[in-house]
Amino acid sequence: MRPEATLAPAPGPMTPRPYRVVSRRDDLIDTVTLELAPVGDACPAPMAGQFNMLWAFGVGEAPISVAGFDDGVLIHTIRRVGAVTAALCASVDGDQIGLRGPFGTGWDLPRATGGDVLVVAGGLGLAPVRPIITDLLANRADFGRAVLLVGARTPDALLYRDELEGWRGRLDLDVEVTVDAASPAWRGDVGVVTRLIERAPVDPANTTAFVCGPEVMMRFAAQAVLDRGVPATHVVLSLERNMHCAIGHCGHCQLGPMFVCKDGPVVGWTDVEALLRIRER
Amino acid sequence: MKSISDLLGSHAFFEGLAPDAIDLISGCGQNVHFEPDASIISENDPADVFYVLRTGRAAIEIATPRQGQLTIETVGPGEVLGVSWLLPPYRWTFDVRAVEPTSAIALDAACLRGKCDDDPAFGYEMYKRFAGLVRDRLQATRLQLVDLYGNDAS
Repeated sequence: MRPEATLAPAPGPMTPRPYRVVSRRDDLIDTVTLELAPVGDACPAPMAGQFNMLWAFGVGEAPISVAGFDDGVLIHTIRRVGAVTAALCASVDGDQIGLRGPFGTGWDLPRATGGDVLVVAGGLGLAPVRPIITDLLANRADFGRAVLLVGARTPDALLYRDELEGWRGRLDLDVEVTVDAASPAWRGDVGVVTRLIERAPVDPANTTAFVCGPEVMMRFAAQAVLDRGVPATHVVLSLERNMHCAIGHCGHCQLGPMFVCKDGPVVGWTDVEALLRIRER
Repeated sequence: MKSISDLLGSHAFFEGLAPDAIDLISGCGQNVHFEPDASIISENDPADVFYVLRTGRAAIEIATPRQGQLTIETVGPGEVLGVSWLLPPYRWTFDVRAVEPTSAIALDAACLRGKCDDDPAFGYEMYKRFAGLVRDRLQATRLQLVDLYGNDAS
């Protein structure tokens, strides 16, 4: 006699679980932050730096970095760049979306324990590094000097402005923000983010650098970090590719020998330097 | 109170310069201070000084027909403001405005050019440093043109 099944099989990594939008905030003209709570069983808790696949029912799914995780609620910041992200950005409180994950590698902030931490974010790259800052501040005594450098195209394109203001007010975190161009009303720095790296108050030999942004920005930012004297093995970045299956099967996100969805998105500079210098045709 | 020679000797731009060269430059310098929003440089004016910034921050601006004044770069402590004094016609090509209370050492351009002419080794050292400054600014400008932050999703 077969025993009666009492539990449904656990969903596989390709099966989205339902989540409900519990908060929606318009960050920028094309960027929205959603807070998502599980409707039933939750996905495992993510590590900082990992991503989830978010499913807009009837449209499709897209890989979105985890921008925060608090008491079971996932925070995702999404830029409207296509049909799926447009549908996700149009979500309102109470809407359901599908979610599977978390996937990929994390930032591994503990590797920087005892040393200085330099976080460099460009554009929407601030979203994936936000958990580094929140984790770092929650365990502040474990680290030396902490510096966050943020670059954006214009003041209007700056993400998390209220949170940045709060972080700037702290005595245990140096925050510098620069934009490419601004009107005289902007009282902050103007110039590329790499120029902030030149004067970041860290001990380079004892620093771990976390870099996130568009690939071209990361290439130049990583080089500026190396020029400051940070060891190449202490430079970590988060790659962005067109993740599709998220489990290393489909090959959409292949970069040389690696699948960014499972071998990344967080990778060491020494592992990808040569790959990032290959010119696309 | 520190002398101009002491201030220049500890400034990043002159790092590694021989003390006698620092003394030579100091003879052309004077302390200046600008309140927020004060004009430091005006486009097309004679470039008869350049500034070694000690504290504060200054915005390099360009006047545009439709967007008005546009800040294209800010400079702060440890940086140098102005390269137009190096080459004819010795005229500023941008406006510069103090964003914060800003202290600097103003170096007389004609005085320094004369010293560069009189001592080619000193002049070569000065031009190498300014060539590095121009290279860094050019690279930064190129990166700004690239739009480093464009088209990234999350």
